[in-house]
Amino acid sequence: MEARRKERIDRGIKVRSEGIYVVSSLKEMLYVAGPRVFLMAGLLLLPLVLEMAPYWKRVVNIMCVYGLLAISFDFLANIVGLVCLGGAMFIGVGGYMTAIFNVYLHCPVYLAIPLAGLSGASICTILLLPCLSLRGVYFAIVTLMYPLLFTRIIEALNILGGTNGITGLDSFPNQYLENYVIIILLLVFLFGLRRLMDEDIGLVLRGVKDNDQSVRASGINVTHLKALAVFIASFIGCLGGAYLAHLYMWAGLSLFALDFSIIPIAAVTIGGGGSMLGAVIGTFILVPLSEFLRFFGTFRIVIYCLILTGFIVFKSEGLLPYFARKYDQFERWAKI
Amino acid sequence: MDILVYGIINSVTLSLLSLGFTLVYSISRLPNFAHGALYITTGYFIWLFLNGLGLNYPLSIILGIALTSLIGAMMYRLILIRIRGMEISEIIATYAIGLAIIEGLRWGGLRGTTFTLPSFASGSRDILGVSVDDQRLLVVVIGFAVFVLLYLFVHLTRNGLALRGIAQDERAAMMLGIDSDRMAVVSFAMGSSLAGLSAALILPLGNIVVEAGYNVLVFSIAVSVIGGLGSWTGAIIASFIIGFAQILTEKFLSAHFQMVIALLAIIITLLIKPSGILGRQKELEERV
Repeated sequence: MEARRKERIDRGIKVRSEGIYVVSSLKEMLYVAGPRVFLMAGLLLLPLVLEMAPYWKRVVNIMCVYGLLAISFDFLANIVGLVCLGGAMFIGVGGYMTAIFNVYLHCPVYLAIPLAGLSGASICTILLLPCLSLRGVYFAIVTLMYPLLFTRIIEALNILGGTNGITGLDSFPNQYLENYVIIILLLVFLFGLRRLMDEDIGLVLRGVKDNDQSVRASGINVTHLKALAVFIASFIGCLGGAYLAHLYMWAGLSLFALDFSIIPIAAVTIGGGGSMLGAVIGTFILVPLSEFLRFFGTFRIVIYCLILTGFIVFKSEGLLPYFARKYDQFERWAKI
Repeated sequence: MDILVYGIINSVTLSLLSLGFTLVYSISRLPNFAHGALYITTGYFIWLFLNGLGLNYPLSIILGIALTSLIGAMMYRLILIRIRGMEISEIIATYAIGLAIIEGLRWGGLRGTTFTLPSFASGSRDILGVSVDDQRLLVVVIGFAVFVLLYLFVHLTRNGLALRGIAQDERAAMMLGIDSDRMAVVSFAMGSSLAGLSAALILPLGNIVVEAGYNVLVFSIAVSVIGGLGSWTGAIIASFIIGFAQILTEKFLSAHFQMVIALLAIIITLLIKPSGILGRQKELEERV
């Protein structure tokens, strides 16, 4: 029996569309822009398509919030190398901050959400600062604890509405705004972060994960960089939380729920880490799935965890790199 | 006086809870985020054997602990062994397994006051003028016995020395013919059975509730970070610090703040001495 192996070769069109030569013909331009335009147009049209099903429009909103969280997890874990086990912390802090701005200080919605993002991100960064100068599992440990801690403190001190939460937040003026605010936020951060990764700062941030000693040797302060990365990630997460609080018109303890921590992690693992796009694709698979599994209650978390473990062990690259390979390369059997 | 007595009881309880986590981390360098889940699983198993199958109490405790240590060993042998060395995946995988177990039990109806284990000893006696029930005394006695046995095991037996070798320097130990993966399986089995043992001792004091899984995880992590990740003596010292701090907060503030104390202690440790009380040898590796 003759020995054969599978070899993968880049498609001609991929090679031709690398670099400036991509403008040589319409076909090459379409090849590069196609998937991106498809994603953008698909997301922007989704609320119009779902006009008949208002329930699913709401699911799309929540899906985009999870998408933001997944992007921020992916950015922290696979670019900077900080594993955040408590995405719920970002959501909760953002939600409560917007409630404070909106209900107590009477800021309008369009002011309260950005303010909540900025102040929430500052709070999260300051709280996480002690573990940023360390390597290893400390960041994961501390982020795991904070959501539990916030819940306990709010319960114990009976501040910020206690177990009832803060009610009476303003809702969005109309439904289209409600849909498009979060969709556009998601798209902006998705492509913005991808762009940021191609800048110099992106290279340095990757360096922090791969070899922090060399970054330090270049005269760059690693702790400052990590703080910056945490600020960016928690800003994205807090915006999501602030949006969610206005969507529910309520900020309560369930903003610190476990779902916000585990679904983004599962989404990144399924979609494939490191590219942000994989994170978004993962949420687009998981969140609708979780709507179908609503009947199971907390058992859904078990299902996510099992999917997650399965992907980590058996297909650790995730779905997006797999499909990207199919898109960019072809395979054939070759004799050895 | 009751601060002293209950402080000691609480501290021994904490160190029993956290010893499993510390042991696994020191030997295999894997943060076992499923520790709390294993703790609560043992409680459920014992309850199941006792009430579902009608076995007698000592037998169901032994079976429960054995089953839990089997789960721990299988967790390493089937899943974690494949992702060893990928730090992000290790953390996520153990966390996911732990969540799956805890939330699975919650879904399976483990809530409310229906799940209780009978205590071994029901009486109570006076110690230094403080009335203490026998079950808590038993926890202290068995806790100290476990420390001594563990100390003897890792200093006198062949397997124990191999475990210590891996913990101190994995490559050198491998050069001497110690199988790192086999030792990691052993460490997971031992860590899980310690979690199980503490569950069997402590759960009769109250109801089996799922939330205890998270609390146990948080406290055992706090203790092992403060003692220095992977240092056993450090963990025992740290559990005395946290144990007394908890009793004091409970006395002067309220029980709600116990977790706040744990996290504050972690943060202060990370700020002042990140490698913990006795984690000196790994200090250079952990600082950026």
